[in-house]
Amino acid sequence: MTNTNPIVEINGLWKLFGKTPVDFDPKDMDSYNDSTSDETVIAVKDVSFEVKQGEVFVIMGLSGSGKSTLIRCIPRLVGPTSGEIQINGRDVLQMDDNELIDFRRHETAMVFQHYGLLPHRDVLENVSFGLKLRGVAAEEREERARNAIARVGLDGWEHYYPTQLSGGMRQRVGIARALVQETDILLMDEPFSGLDPLIRREMQETLVQLQAEDNKTIIFVTHDLGEAARLGDRMAVMKQGEFVQQGTPEEIINNPVDEYVERFVSDQRSFLSGHKRRSSVGMSLRTRSERHSTAMAAPAPLTALRR
Amino acid sequence: MNQLFPEQWHYHVAPHISAFVKWLVLAWGPFFEAISNMVLVMLLQVEGFLKWVPWWGWIIIITFIAWRQTGNLVKTLLPGILIFTIGFFGLWEVAMETLGIVFVAVFISLVVGIPMGIAMSSSDRFNAINTPLLDAMQTMPSLVYLIPALMLFGLGKVPGVFATVIYSLPPVVRLTNLGIRQVSQEVQEAALVFGASKWQMMKEVRFPLAMPTIMAGINQTTMLALSMVVIASMIGAGGLGEEVLKATNRVDVGKGFEAGWAIVVLAIVIDRITQAAAKRWDTPSEMKN
Repeated sequence: MTNTNPIVEINGLWKLFGKTPVDFDPKDMDSYNDSTSDETVIAVKDVSFEVKQGEVFVIMGLSGSGKSTLIRCIPRLVGPTSGEIQINGRDVLQMDDNELIDFRRHETAMVFQHYGLLPHRDVLENVSFGLKLRGVAAEEREERARNAIARVGLDGWEHYYPTQLSGGMRQRVGIARALVQETDILLMDEPFSGLDPLIRREMQETLVQLQAEDNKTIIFVTHDLGEAARLGDRMAVMKQGEFVQQGTPEEIINNPVDEYVERFVSDQRSFLSGHKRRSSVGMSLRTRSERHSTAMAAPAPLTALRR
Repeated sequence: MNQLFPEQWHYHVAPHISAFVKWLVLAWGPFFEAISNMVLVMLLQVEGFLKWVPWWGWIIIITFIAWRQTGNLVKTLLPGILIFTIGFFGLWEVAMETLGIVFVAVFISLVVGIPMGIAMSSSDRFNAINTPLLDAMQTMPSLVYLIPALMLFGLGKVPGVFATVIYSLPPVVRLTNLGIRQVSQEVQEAALVFGASKWQMMKEVRFPLAMPTIMAGINQTTMLALSMVVIASMIGAGGLGEEVLKATNRVDVGKGFEAGWAIVVLAIVIDRITQAAAKRWDTPSEMKN
């Protein structure tokens, strides 16, 4: 069940690439304007948000808006310039090397757009890789990995290598590798963006189903508003490193705060209306709360599983 | 008017270098002798083994390896036949001596070179310092370092091994460095996010993924070591190189060809075997879909 305590809390996060100005002071909002030069790129600009236990928080933006940098700041794949990342009440930025490794092993798992699978290891070894890093014994590793592989629907493929799989299947391996860690927090960086539309839809359904079973806290990055609405409890729209709007998908779709957000929304609307004209299959931009209500009336197998 | 470099500005480092090497020989004599003895023992062991296996034993072993790796009739039989010609020319024993030097030199090169390559891949500064050194090792005429090798280790096979190591070390260092640096950032990022320590990253991700490139380096090192045998024989390393040297001194074209042929045969056979071994490390090929 959704708990009201935020499990992820991010306060005033900044990431500057290139030369950081000496007099950079995150509290003084004008300081970067005066002192940044061509050598400095602001990737993440004073971002704050919180994610509650069991919530799916979507970060949406165009490429170059800093969303991938932002999600990489959480496990410190990218070191933020300043700010605070509280996870379960501990500040990730204050951890030393050993604490950080421990944190990465036990508290988060991540799924990447380009999968990041080990090409020299088969599916089973890839999925159990995180457990191996933790030092889990081989037998237990294999059992848990087989279980996760079955959950993403890849049983029978354990001894294939990543290059022998299709994109969708590779990402299923990526998801299984994250699931097997049994972490509370799952970070997903455009996991379905590289897949063709039908497979993407299928993967979204799989994720919804898995989330119904596991109730994880998910931070999900995408550039697709449809995906954001389908998966997210709450979302934020990011532009040039800043959050321009935060709220539930309905709020954002109904009240886009500026022209940038409006562009996403209208693009999605025109896509949907075009789609409806061509096909009678009911595919609509339903948000999760709307799905909840339809699920009450006519329980579809997947949505009914949710909470 | 003489426009050549003014003579009063001449300065020679030669006496200092000579003095330094002399000092090394005097002050560190026992140290170099200990190393020399160690290498000699290794050499004798390896050579002893190479000569202990009968000639037909080697032909069977090499044919078997070729068969396992190719399965093609011609490619299976060819290496054995080539090796057979070495015996046919009466060069079997010297060929084994050469192989002994090559194996020991390659072994030392790998023991030194692979860790050095790993260190270069993880430190840009070490990389910057070491790269010109490796360039120098490859371009400095080998006769130049034969002289100090001779002074430090005396005549014979041991200085030959050292000269060979200096010449053949760079490729394995360079390719280990390159291979590790080329490992995909995405894969490394994924390993990092799941909590890989530095050691785990090297052992589980970087090193295995660099392995095909490292194997190419090992192959190149072996080939360079073989090409060094003639020069090493000038300080009494013996082997096939000595046969070439003798033939040169006597202007004996025929004998020279036979010894040269034997070196080429060894190169071809070793090249095939190490390349095939490298294939084991390639990632499974992509399925066509």
